[in-house]
Amino acid sequence: MTPESETDQQYNFAYLDEQTKRMIRRALLKAVAIPGYQVPFAGREMPMPYGWGTGGIQVTAAILRRDDTLKVIDQGADDTTNAVSIRKFFKRVAGIATTEKTREATIIQTRHRIPETPLEDGQIIVFQVPIPEPLRFLEPRETETRKMHALEEYGLMHVKLYEDIARHGHIATTYAYPVKVAGRYIMDPSPTPKFDNPKMNRTPALQLFGAGREKRIYAIPPYTEVVSLDFEDHPFEVQKWDRPCALCGATESFLDEVIMDDQGTRMFVCSDTDHCEKRRGEGHVGPAQEAAE
Amino acid sequence: MSATQTLLSVTGLTKHYGAHLGCADVSFDLYPGEVVGIVGESGSGKTTLLNCLAGRLAPDEGRVQYTDRLGDSMDVHAMSESRRRFLMRTDWAFVHQNPRDGLRMAVSAGGNVGERLMAVGARHYGDIRSQAIDWLDKTEVDVGRVDDRPDTFSGGMQQRLQIARNLVTGPRLVFMDEPTGGLDVSVQARLLDLLRRLVAEMGLSAIIVTHDLAVARLLSHRLMVMRRGHVVEQGLTDQVLDDPQHAYTQLLVSSVLQP
Repeated sequence: MTPESETDQQYNFAYLDEQTKRMIRRALLKAVAIPGYQVPFAGREMPMPYGWGTGGIQVTAAILRRDDTLKVIDQGADDTTNAVSIRKFFKRVAGIATTEKTREATIIQTRHRIPETPLEDGQIIVFQVPIPEPLRFLEPRETETRKMHALEEYGLMHVKLYEDIARHGHIATTYAYPVKVAGRYIMDPSPTPKFDNPKMNRTPALQLFGAGREKRIYAIPPYTEVVSLDFEDHPFEVQKWDRPCALCGATESFLDEVIMDDQGTRMFVCSDTDHCEKRRGEGHVGPAQEAAE
Repeated sequence: MSATQTLLSVTGLTKHYGAHLGCADVSFDLYPGEVVGIVGESGSGKTTLLNCLAGRLAPDEGRVQYTDRLGDSMDVHAMSESRRRFLMRTDWAFVHQNPRDGLRMAVSAGGNVGERLMAVGARHYGDIRSQAIDWLDKTEVDVGRVDDRPDTFSGGMQQRLQIARNLVTGPRLVFMDEPTGGLDVSVQARLLDLLRRLVAEMGLSAIIVTHDLAVARLLSHRLMVMRRGHVVEQGLTDQVLDDPQHAYTQLLVSSVLQP
């Protein structure tokens, strides 16, 4: 833990004032009580632009305790700009411990991925959400989408999947893939790839979603059923790759395609950097590593 | 259900827009398989009346009583919103004058027709698609265009697509607001033929708002003539059009050019 003297004393613990944190916690409690329901909250301006995780950072600030260990990932990686700056931000305003290891973290703030290492009881994962409304691009009226949620009129969501199959021959939605939470609300799992959808189902961790620009919070309590929507003759499937991770040889993880030069050379590596490093530490070797040796 | 039971029973329906009158004291019964036309000039309250009947507008006074397939009678404006919306996508259908109001322009023709099926729980892509194609065929839309968006369709095709989208769940009662408005005469004639055939084949009941007496003559069994929010004359279509009693109806009938 950073000594008290090193934290920024100009701000309250975790940047937000206590009243704001209480307001966000009230919204969080309501969200947990009604899984998948979008709770409006009085989102504050944060010292970063909308779209950079203002919703997630407010949720994290509201739930942070002095003895928490924070991990921040961006597209699965711990070392990209967004992840590094949010981690530094909380280190400065809250003086909490940070980590890159999934197992050691008590709170994981994420943009677009769920770690490959299964989450455990007691952990909280906070998602940064750009557009919380899954029906938005089909029905532009907010009054109408709220009514559709209230009356459980979700036929329209399948129209989107129908369009996918009609146009591409299969369900081509690969991220923000709609799910039904606890048999009731249809929810946008934020722009996580559909590869991560099965990880949301009955996970022991608490999942919180914060949308800063849209000022909405929603949640999935631990051990809640999360079902990805599909058709009987076009069942839900996750992405597959025809090669393993070039660095660690993992065949079961989500891979990023990395362009290596301007000759078209490319490499497929784990998007979850912590997972990849852990595997390499355990002695796993991928094709790129083998070729180098 | 006995054959003489009313499908829709309307009593004393009144709607004001502030000081302005929408429609006043409208009462009538609609029986299964019957088509009622509402005619009158622009601003006479036809569309207001239709929206009140279909539960899209709340009237100030009066009742609309609907009898469902099981013979249960219910007040359209007293039932819960979810019940009314469910009725709207199962037993009822609403065909708008402008197809853009009734279609999703960014969704393919097949998706448009399939939406009502998916709304009532269809979850088999193959079935939904074959039913959509079947209905495009029935409404004489080229089935090869099932994956095209309606904004690439002509006005007549859009209107036929809207009808297919509404009839796919086999409704019992169809509300139509100027279904042939804005179409040229040959396309109108084709659409009228189609509507007449579908109404007869499916045994539909319909309430059709129109200002075109020819449409009223061809489609409706009974006619209501509206003026300034009031129903001034009603009766069998031929009777009203061939032997108009009210001065306004006489004016209306005589204003039509006889080719």
